[in-house]
Amino acid sequence: MIAELGQLALALALIVAIAQSIVPLVGAARGDAALTAFARPAAYVQLAAVAAAFLALAYAYVTSDFSVATVARNSHTSMPLLYRLTGVWGNHEGSMLLWILILALMSAAVASFGANLPDGLRARVLAVQGMIGVAFLTFILFTSNPFTRQFPAPLDGRELNPLLQDPGLAFHPPWLYLGYVGFSVAFSFAVAALIEGKVDPAWARWVRPWTLFAWLSLTIGIALGSWWAYYELGWGGWWFWDPVENASFMPWLIGAALLHSAVVVEKRDALKSWTILLALIAFSFSLIGTFLVRSGVLTSVHAFAVDPARGVFILMILFAAIGGSLTLYAWRAPMLKAGGLFQPLSREGALVLNNLLLATGAATVLLGTLYPLFLDVLGAGKVSVGPPYFNSTFVPLMIPLVVAMAIGPLLSWKRADIAGAISRLAAAGIATVAVIGIVLYASGGTGFIAALGLGLAAWLFVGTMIEFAERLRLFRAPLAESYDRWRHLPRSALGMSVAHAGMAIAIAGMTASTLFQAEQILAMRAGEVVSMRGYDLRFEGVIQANGPNYQAERARFIVTSGGKPVTVLAPERRFYPVQRQQTTEAAIHTTGLADLYVVVGDSDGKGAWTVRLYHNPLVPWIWAGCLIMALGGGLSLTDRRLRVGAPKQRLAAAE
Amino acid sequence: MRRLVFALLLFIAAALPAAAIRPDEILADPALEVRARELGKELRCLVCQNQSIDDSEADLARDLRKIVRERLVAGDTDPAIRTYLVARYGDFVRLDPPLRVATAVLWFGPALILVLGAIGIAVFLRRKPAATAAPAALDSNDRARLERVLAEDDRR
Amino acid sequence: MRWLFLAPLLLFAIVAGYFAVGLTRDPGTLPSALLDKPAPDFDLPPLLPGKPGLATADLKGAPVLVNVWASWCVPCRAEHPVLTRLGREVPIFGLNYKDKPEDARRFLVELGDPYRRIGVDPSGRVGIDWGVYGVPETYIVDAEGRVRHRHVGPLTDRVVAETIRPLMKSLAR
Repeated sequence: MIAELGQLALALALIVAIAQSIVPLVGAARGDAALTAFARPAAYVQLAAVAAAFLALAYAYVTSDFSVATVARNSHTSMPLLYRLTGVWGNHEGSMLLWILILALMSAAVASFGANLPDGLRARVLAVQGMIGVAFLTFILFTSNPFTRQFPAPLDGRELNPLLQDPGLAFHPPWLYLGYVGFSVAFSFAVAALIEGKVDPAWARWVRPWTLFAWLSLTIGIALGSWWAYYELGWGGWWFWDPVENASFMPWLIGAALLHSAVVVEKRDALKSWTILLALIAFSFSLIGTFLVRSGVLTSVHAFAVDPARGVFILMILFAAIGGSLTLYAWRAPMLKAGGLFQPLSREGALVLNNLLLATGAATVLLGTLYPLFLDVLGAGKVSVGPPYFNSTFVPLMIPLVVAMAIGPLLSWKRADIAGAISRLAAAGIATVAVIGIVLYASGGTGFIAALGLGLAAWLFVGTMIEFAERLRLFRAPLAESYDRWRHLPRSALGMSVAHAGMAIAIAGMTASTLFQAEQILAMRAGEVVSMRGYDLRFEGVIQANGPNYQAERARFIVTSGGKPVTVLAPERRFYPVQRQQTTEAAIHTTGLADLYVVVGDSDGKGAWTVRLYHNPLVPWIWAGCLIMALGGGLSLTDRRLRVGAPKQRLAAAE
Repeated sequence: MRRLVFALLLFIAAALPAAAIRPDEILADPALEVRARELGKELRCLVCQNQSIDDSEADLARDLRKIVRERLVAGDTDPAIRTYLVARYGDFVRLDPPLRVATAVLWFGPALILVLGAIGIAVFLRRKPAATAAPAALDSNDRARLERVLAEDDRR
Repeated sequence: MRWLFLAPLLLFAIVAGYFAVGLTRDPGTLPSALLDKPAPDFDLPPLLPGKPGLATADLKGAPVLVNVWASWCVPCRAEHPVLTRLGREVPIFGLNYKDKPEDARRFLVELGDPYRRIGVDPSGRVGIDWGVYGVPETYIVDAEGRVRHRHVGPLTDRVVAETIRPLMKSLAR
């Protein structure tokens, strides 16, 4: 009964979405306030309906209602409550419902926080959100219904894939979707602006917080996924340039470009049609990612065909959303009034360089990801494009970007003194040279790439600190003045410094963990000791340890350093009988500067176990850096100027 | 079925957990082993999607790792080993696609995009001021809103 | 300048076109690297007493099918009846890939033996020379001993009717 109500709610949501995508548009075109005003309640009703459907599905999962086909396929009574709940989005149908829920949430947020938006703009934005909702609600109802019943209901379910029964991965999709779907708001704003034929600094200011929110959510989502890969896949890797990862990375890159170009629109009333294009592309990449991941054009092994109707349907959504918006762009963007001119050596010039490099980076990732498909379709043979390609094309593009990231914030708007900016970066230059020298010396002259990576990280970090200190006039003015400046520092400026510093930290982590990893793969018997970088690990053997829905072999290592006890590491190998699948749980001891990482493999049956041991320097900095970047985004989001509802409230208070 | 579950998650890199190489595969000569690992990272495990043979637990990946090591011990150069595998499995086996006519766009594309973008920016920056249209008139309502929002900036 | 605003749409149209065609392709199947090249050099011992093994020289003279199979491979069981029927029309040689001989013999006793010759490849090395990456695989080799086609995955009646049989007929001429 509950499941049927859920389905009914989805159908209701579809009807509301259809109305939401037509009525406000007509209202805005005719200047009819009554029709325009329809947009906000429609967004709220749609959210209520989709939330009801989501709760209905969650109820089916939590109560293990196996007459619902997706529950039977992806859940099991022995699973802990947490994973029965997160199992809701651990499959195609449920994750689509989560996607739609977040879309409805975003629309309702625009309706609620967008109080200071002009009525016409808000109505148009919500209408476009409604159209996206129509597309995905139709998709889920007609090709991926999560509420389909099956009779007779099986006695128990087939369980969630054990790899997904993990805290890191359980919350990875919601964050990722907040990012993907969050970009829909920027998209809708861009389409609305094209319809109105008007982009001004106020538009940029409205669109920026939504982009920031989507970008920081995507940052967290990607970081969670990468962290999960690191500890779950068992060899200390954290990024594989897999099409599925690339699908999330491309909107992230474009989102970052959009954040920066929107600043130029806001401050200088320039780069308008480019910013509009980025807003369209960021969400287009989210949609393309959805297509790539769910249609089977790229990831399919010669196994089961995915329901071809789904791929075709998503492709139709791509045609409508991307094709439609880019057609509108080709038609209307030339009519936008051109922005102001500017000098190449200026803050805006640096932001243009940022956009060029980020957009080229995204295009490179797209090219590498799709190239095997291109050649296959042309009948020109099958190729694989893997990490070596991206390392030798994408990574070099990021070098000038990082160099410019330290310089750009020191440049002033309109016309900057580049020599002055560089002279102020002397300390950063010294730090960079010092780091490069130390790394080269320590590696015996061979660690050129490591020296470059860590040198860039030092350059960016110190450069960011210099910019921040200058803003406060730290050590140049009396401390009281610096404190006063700190109190009045715009949150967006603080957010930028924090995000750039986070990037520096992440770069250091990526470089050091990749290039300074130590590895040992060996067969160990109980009682044997292995040493790695100052740690001694004594293997105590393996015991059986069973969880709620798995059987585990748990190894025990006593870790000492110079004879002093450090910790006990207990890596596991789990077997999930329902899915008949094995997983590996690495045991990690982290000092914040490095991880000691142990995985236990299979036994030879004669008392020896395969043990893989890694020492990964600075690897925690990757995720710490990502979280700091997201934190920077969050700080920026709390900037009073950007708080979307703020101006009206303040005005109301003033009246 | 596994793939269906996988297809949903936007982040799954590899189907099988745990690194693949076993202690008994490792060569006694550390220099050769380093070369074997480097080669292993750029050769694709054909049965699994987007994993190198270095990362894969699949049977075939293990066989290929063994072949790579045998040929290294026999004194083959790295290019000779690549050629050996490409002769059997085609370019598909290489994660680092060789530069050919068909892959020219792949390898030169990024540089081309960068150059085109830079040219575009140069043209944009050298545009004559005359090209800018007169600012479109805002209606009074819009102008009031715009000024109110922009005023926030200065009021702070 | 106006045409520049059309560029994103055109680029998208191209990519979308590839997507549309890509939906009809299976990215998992890989054409043989040996296509139109001579079959690799090999000489494998027999599996069954009284049935010869398989070597490169046996592939010359008339077009044949070379079927790579193993008793542990589930799809091999599925294609076996198709293979049995096909074996009445054209010669099929078996390459027993990474199998235990006793298991392989039991498999044939249980399901019947469609092969004219069977070579045993316990290490899988000959399989790798052929470029085998998933069992079962079926190769068509012409009278000169050149590989003309590879099918990856189990043979079905449809595959036989649409590809295998027409190609064998044209090669027999």
